[in-house]
Amino acid sequence: MMEFPGQLIYWIVVVMMMMGFYIVIAQGNFVKKIVGLNVFQVSVFLLYITMGKVNGGTAPILADGIEVFSNPLPHVLILTAIVVGVATTSLGLALVVRINEEYGTIEDDDILEQESDV
Amino acid sequence: MKRAEMRIMQHKVVLRVVSKFLIPFILLFGLYVQWHGDFGPGGGFQAGVIFAAAFILYALIFGVDKTRQAVPAWITRCGLAVGVFIYAGVGVATLFLGENFLNYNALAHDPIHGQHLGILLVELGVGVTVCCAMITIFIAFAGRGRK
Amino acid sequence: MLVTAFAIIRIRNLFSVVILTGLFSLLAAAIYILMDAVDVAFTEAAVGAGVSTVLMLGTLALTTNDEKSTYKNRAVPAAILSIITGAMLIYGTLDMPNYGDAKAPIHQHVAPRYLNQSAQEIGLPNVVTSVLASYRSYDTLGETFVIFTAAMGVLAIIGRGRRRRKKENVEQEAKT
Repeated sequence: MMEFPGQLIYWIVVVMMMMGFYIVIAQGNFVKKIVGLNVFQVSVFLLYITMGKVNGGTAPILADGIEVFSNPLPHVLILTAIVVGVATTSLGLALVVRINEEYGTIEDDDILEQESDV
Repeated sequence: MKRAEMRIMQHKVVLRVVSKFLIPFILLFGLYVQWHGDFGPGGGFQAGVIFAAAFILYALIFGVDKTRQAVPAWITRCGLAVGVFIYAGVGVATLFLGENFLNYNALAHDPIHGQHLGILLVELGVGVTVCCAMITIFIAFAGRGRK
Repeated sequence: MLVTAFAIIRIRNLFSVVILTGLFSLLAAAIYILMDAVDVAFTEAAVGAGVSTVLMLGTLALTTNDEKSTYKNRAVPAAILSIITGAMLIYGTLDMPNYGDAKAPIHQHVAPRYLNQSAQEIGLPNVVTSVLASYRSYDTLGETFVIFTAAMGVLAIIGRGRRRRKKENVEQEAKT
């Protein structure tokens, strides 16, 4: 671990984040867009959790004989964010289902075409 | 899940037997995570999801209609509201007991007992809401395929 | 995880994409455990790898399994945009403290108070639970309402028996 620069893990997280971002803006399929949002979301969670880590620390559950704990605050924020994330994902998927019923497709371009025809 | 797929699923004997065996343990584990969250990892969010996962497994194997018989729509919809109500109700209760909103110290004669009770109730509210929300969402998706 | 994310970009079959997303979440959960976030890992494994994968598969069963069109014209600008954004973000991380540094600013302010005082003030061993449900219970109340609202939204959009009525409304509006 010593040879790597200390920010290496943040860079990896940023690369993953940008992959999610790329999926969201470059892909036209709505399910894939939501998958991209998920990837983006998980990388943001990872960024928070990496910031909370303390070298030599343990999980923040108090016990005798342990002095160093990782920071519990990011864990709390991300814990709630994950569950909210799945709730919003399901809302997005519900919209996708409705769009499919209305237009018969879940592709961005096809819907734009149908709209311009009308 | 389309109806044809559902019918195929109902013939898989191994899946049905194994899931029947597993579901009680998943429910038990969900309850354990709910009530043991104060001491180990776990809490309302996780417990709600695990508890809902048991029902989702049941719905995947035995079909949505049978799940609806076990958990009617009104139970999950009321559960959604009841969970939020428990959470907010604890906050209002502390207001009436002369403390700040959601300050659990007032719930018992001893601040620490009050905190324990408050956290337990709040986690229960969270767990009920999350569980009912997941079941509701899944059944909305699964029920959609059959018009 | 990087490989999985890359595969998600390239693969056209949506079924594989969804399964890979589940794998991505599971790997994330493993990394959370390495970083001492046991509660978060627990949630991610149950939610990300479990429930959301099932929901996405449900969506695929209702829609289609394959991605049809290609978006060649959009790929290059999107790639440039994400590379620029990523470069700026990496430039931003250069000022951040090293990974695992106990002297980082994030560990100086509220966290020591939670870790030191919560044993006396709340008396629960799991600090994450006491911060979640007591110190930051306003946040958690808000999150619970968000979940409640999301479930209401899903019911309103694809709840059973609503569909025909909505279509009639749309037609009526179109007529008037």
